This record gives sequence, C-alpha cells and structure tokens, in this order.
Amino acid sequence: MTTTSQTSYLAPKPRRGTGLTTWIDRHLKLVFTAPAIAFVAILIVFPIAYTVFLSFTDSASSVTRPFRFVGLDNYARWLTDFERFWPATGRTAYFTVTALVVELVLGLAIALLLRKTFRGQGLVRVFILLPLVATPVAVGMMWLLIFEPSIGFANVFMKSLGLGPQLWLSGTDTALNTLIFIDVWQWTPMVVLILLAGLSTLPEEPDEAARVDGANAWQRFVHITLPLLMPTIAAAAILRSIDAMKTFDIIYATKGRTGGSNNEAETLNMLAYNESFGNSQYGSAAALLMLFLLFIVIILTALTILRTKGNRA
Amino acid sequence: MITRTRRTRFALAAPLVLALAASMTACSSGGGDSEEVTDLTLIAANSPWTEGLKTLAAEYEDETDIKVNLEFYGNEQLNDTLKVKLNAQSSDFDMYGYQVQDVMREFSRNGWLADMTEYVESDAEWNWEDFQQSARDAVTLDDTVYGVPVMTERHVMYYRADLLEAAGIAVPTTLKELDAAAAKLNDPDNGFYGIAMRGAKVPLVTQFSSFLYSYGGDFQDKDGNATVDTPEAKEAYAAYGSLLKNYGPPGATNMGWPEASAIFAQGNAAFYLDADSQAYTFLDPASSAVVDTVAYGAFPAGPAGSHPYSIVPQTVGINEFSTKKDAAWDFIKWVTSEENSKVLLSEETVPSARDSAWADDAATAGFPAGLVEIVRNSEGTVGHDRPQLEKVALAREIVGGPAITAIEGGDVDAVAEKANTDFQTLLDGEQK
Repeated sequence: MTTTSQTSYLAPKPRRGTGLTTWIDRHLKLVFTAPAIAFVAILIVFPIAYTVFLSFTDSASSVTRPFRFVGLDNYARWLTDFERFWPATGRTAYFTVTALVVELVLGLAIALLLRKTFRGQGLVRVFILLPLVATPVAVGMMWLLIFEPSIGFANVFMKSLGLGPQLWLSGTDTALNTLIFIDVWQWTPMVVLILLAGLSTLPEEPDEAARVDGANAWQRFVHITLPLLMPTIAAAAILRSIDAMKTFDIIYATKGRTGGSNNEAETLNMLAYNESFGNSQYGSAAALLMLFLLFIVIILTALTILRTKGNRA
Repeated sequence: MITRTRRTRFALAAPLVLALAASMTACSSGGGDSEEVTDLTLIAANSPWTEGLKTLAAEYEDETDIKVNLEFYGNEQLNDTLKVKLNAQSSDFDMYGYQVQDVMREFSRNGWLADMTEYVESDAEWNWEDFQQSARDAVTLDDTVYGVPVMTERHVMYYRADLLEAAGIAVPTTLKELDAAAAKLNDPDNGFYGIAMRGAKVPLVTQFSSFLYSYGGDFQDKDGNATVDTPEAKEAYAAYGSLLKNYGPPGATNMGWPEASAIFAQGNAAFYLDADSQAYTFLDPASSAVVDTVAYGAFPAGPAGSHPYSIVPQTVGINEFSTKKDAAWDFIKWVTSEENSKVLLSEETVPSARDSAWADDAATAGFPAGLVEIVRNSEGTVGHDRPQLEKVALAREIVGGPAITAIEGGDVDAVAEKANTDFQTLLDGEQK
C-alpha cells in the first residue's frame, strides 16, 4: 500500500476523465485572473452600468418608486438648462489645474532639496509627509478654524504682518483659492514622494559628464535632470489630477453641501452629491456623474497621448 | 473537447454561484419571525434627546433584557445614511429619528415609514392626547401618524443680560428695538458684534421663517403657491440681511448654527437668535463663556406681531422594513412615556412635546427659567419653519438666496422675484 501511494505521489499521472487539471494547466491565465475579473465586474462594472442605466431615467426620491425612461433628457438638461453646471465645471477645471501646477512646482523643488543627503534627513522627510496622513475631513475642520475670519489664527497672523483681515473660506471670491491652498498643503507631499523615488533612480553619469563639460547647476537641471525625470512627473501629474478633480471631502467639510451660500466652491462632484443626496434626483445625478466621468476620460486620454509622445521624443 | 471544457467551466462556476447565492441569502435574512426579540437598533441625529437616550436605553435593557443599539450621526450624515439604507430596503435598524418637515412627506410616500396610527391610539394610559396638538399635527400626514414627537423647538432671542444692563438698554421686544440695540453694542474693531445668526444659505431658511411671519408673510399661501416676492417677504429679507450685514460677524454667509452659536458662546456677540433647544450649549462651562450672563427673550415682534416658529425637530418613527415593529413600538412607548419625558426634560433639558411635562414644576426646574415662560406661552407661534413640499432641500436653496443677497447688500427685490418664480416652478413640478 505504502509503495503504491508513494509511487503515485512521486509520479502523478493524469487520469482519464478528469480533465480539470489539464484544463487549468491550459488556461492558467484565465484561472489566475478570474478572481480579479469577478471582483472588477461586481464592484466596478456593475455600479457603472447601473449608473448609466439610471442616467436614462427620471428616478427620484426612492429607486423603488416607478420611473420612466427619458432618453438623453437628463444629459441635455445639464448641458443646456441647469445654470449651475458650467460654472461648476469651470471651478472643477480651475481647482484641478491650479492645484496641480502649484503642487508639481513645489513638489519638484522640495524633492530636489531633499535629494542630497544631510543630517536629520529622516526627520525632515517625516515632517513633510505629515499632512499626507491626516484625515481630509479633519484637515478641512482644522483649516476652517484657522481661517475663521473673527477668531481664526490666519487673520491674527495677517494683522501681525500689518495686513488687513481676509474672509478666506467665508468669502465668495476667496473660498476656492483658499481651498486650493489647503489641497496644496495636503497633497504636495505625495508629489514629493513620487518625485524623490524618480530622482533616486536617475543615472548619475550624464550629470557628471555635464559637470565635467562645465555646465552650471541650472543648465544641468533644465537639460538633464528635468528631461530624465519627465516620465515620473507625468505619472505624478496624472495621479494628482484625477484626485484633484474628484476632491470632495475638504470642500464638503468647509463649505457644506451646496459649496457655499453663492455656490462659490461647488465643483461637479459637489453638485452631483447635492443632486443625489440633497435633492434625491437619482436619474439626474447619475447623468451628471456620467458627464463627469466622460470629462475625466477625455482629459486622461489627452494626458496619456502627450506622455507617450513625450516618451518617444 | 468543447463538451468537456463546458462541463469543467460549470464545475468551476458552480462554487462561485453557490457562494454568491449564500451571501445574498445572508444579506436578505434580517427577517424571520420575531418571537424572541433580543435587540433593537435606533439611528438618529445628535440632539439633547439622543444624549438622554443613552441612559434610558441602558435602563430599558435592565428592565426587559432587550438591548437597544444606538447609532448617532450629524444631521446631514443621518439623512444620507437613511437614504442609502432605505433605498436598499434595509432591515438592519428598527427605529429612526428624523426631521418631520425635511423628510416625512418624501419618506412616507416612498413607503419608508411605518404607519403608527394604530399604535399611538392603542394605549390610553400612554396617552397620545397629552402630546401638544401642534406636535401631533406635525407628525400626521393625510390622517396617518408616522412618528412620535420627542422634542419641540421655538425661535427665541438669547442676549447678554450684563451688557444690556451696563448700556442701559431695555430687552428688545420688537425687531426695530433689536436693530437699535445691536447697533449700539456692535464693536467690530474689538472683535465684538451686535448679533450672531445663521447666514449660510440653506441653514438660515428656518431662522428667517420667524422674520417672514412677523412681517406678515409666509413661504406659501393657503393654496400652496410661492409667496416669497410679496412686499412683506421682501421687507423680511431686507431686515434679516441688514442685521447680519451691519452688526454681524465677518463671513456670516458661511455660518450655520454651530459657527454662529460659537461666537455668542465665546462672548463675542450681544444677541443670538436661534432655537431654544440650543440653550444647553450656553450653559456648559466647558464650552461657554456666557454661562452666567446669557438670558432669554421672546422672539421680537415685527410689523405683524411676534410670530416665531414652534416646531418638532425630532421625531422617532419605525422603519417599514423592520421585522421587529411591535418590539420597536414597545420601546418607543416606554421612552416617550409621561415619566421618561419628565426625566429627559429635567435631567437633559430636552424640550418635551408633552403638556404634562411642561405643567410639572419639578420637571421644568432644570430648564432655564426664562425659557419655561416662553415655552408655556405659545400664542402666535407658527407650526412650520420651512417651505412645505416634498423637495424641501431644493426649496431651501431657492428661498435662502434673497437672504444672502440682503446680507451682501445686493438688490433683494429682484432676487426675491426670481426666487419666487423658481420656487413656483418647483411646486408646479411636484403637483404633476
């Protein structure tokens, strides 16, 4: 008995009739990716498909209430009728672009500073990364207190500099820029982190060669470091732009559901949230989210094309 | 080959399907019969009532062995949670606290609130009639009762007794006198303001309502049509706006009640007009610098008299999808009993909806003295503090707009007329 089992253990022979192992061997790719595909299908494809479905209906109040199919009506109304759509789109674009540019420039500068080894480097890095680990809503509440016009620290600070008080988050004209500042404060560290990783993989030879040839620091940065770092910068830009476009937490925490009394900080995400949870217009909110998704896809495609072209060049 | 592949595909798929089916059954099996209820779940928005509930729920467990799980949220978070869970027909909670005027119409039409008419009329000893008439009316829609009111709330004037006395100013009884008093005490250069009130578009609507009524207006007429462009309404908008514009703190348009009350609590404002249920925030030495100096006055009269709102901010209802409705009712009956209402009033300053609680001097002893008189004198009060329709959230955004214009010093008349048109369109859409 022992011999037999040992034999079969040592030399497993595919038995006739059980094609399962053979099938698995042949379709390893499919078998190993199946759980991931199922996961994506259930958690991503279904919700998106359901949102698309809802966007063609006038579903409101409760999804179990009877609703009608309205075709592209919801889309048409957002694009033409609803006066808050285009301003919100503009604000989303302004917020994303401004925050992204500032974060990339600042992030690159900080990453270059931190690149060289120095004493206390670990401590400085931890310190710089702190905003990144803070909870966004808590961050929003914290800045709301700091920027409170009558009792907040920001105006006390302004006063000590001899400058007049500002309304910051409370002002119609200043709210969005203040929010950009908060976003920059919180997310620049992530850009630093990505760019530091990119910088550490750059080859040193080109830089040394340029140094021997007499190039100064600025020339070496512009003609060597920056081009070599471009793919990393592009990756950071894509990651951050998606996040910035979707920003919700700090806006909600500081400006409430309508993005302020004059909707001064209402981005597309806020508008969709208000339409869905405030006004219970699920069909209309779904259409808005699909439009938003479309915008993101268009922008990302453009960025990816630019990146590929850049890589080829 | 094809057959075998197919068979093995089935073999692979079968466990997955089974697992899915099992998990789905698990999700939907909140039910079964409820012979032996061992626990109940109540979700609600934070309020003085929910504070008191923590102690009472423990007592209930001692008495009945039924554990009452409590989950508390902020107002908006509760609203979102309820919408998500009830859209999914969830039975994982049995009772919920809600704001009648915000959601009762919508939720009852969605079939999300259990009909409690028979429950409330079933027990003479518990005595539904003891609840204030206005409170009972508030939770009744088309002759159906959808909840039990657990708190009431009136618009009052909080003021700094010490400052008024020092300046020789009498307690204002009209909005004109309030304006003059606020002007006199306003000292923005030293970070002190005449008045603090809500100034953010949506939150301010409920507090603006008393101004509107006291100027002789309302959000809608008897037929339910929009009336926020009447001369009375325009004057009311202008009055509300000018108080905040001239004597309010900077950044008022970003303030809900937490921000505005904080300014008063820190001793930086002379007047604060808001709901009486916030009295406890000024009486807690940990967060208030005005514990000994805050006093209470009735809502000042406008040209049409003093007509503050008097509403039911918190109601407890039963989830239509709950499988433990009877047990839930038993708990609601117990927690809203005459005795427990008095306990909540005296120990947690929860403004009760029961007449018997207010008539009991021992129960009201813990409630700020000046406020008890205001509560007992309900003459001229109005039972709603926001537009009456299903899409309340949208309506609040619309009718709040002119107040923002007034605070910012813009053309109120034009904005009020546009708001009225938008509001009427919304009302028309709902009647279809």
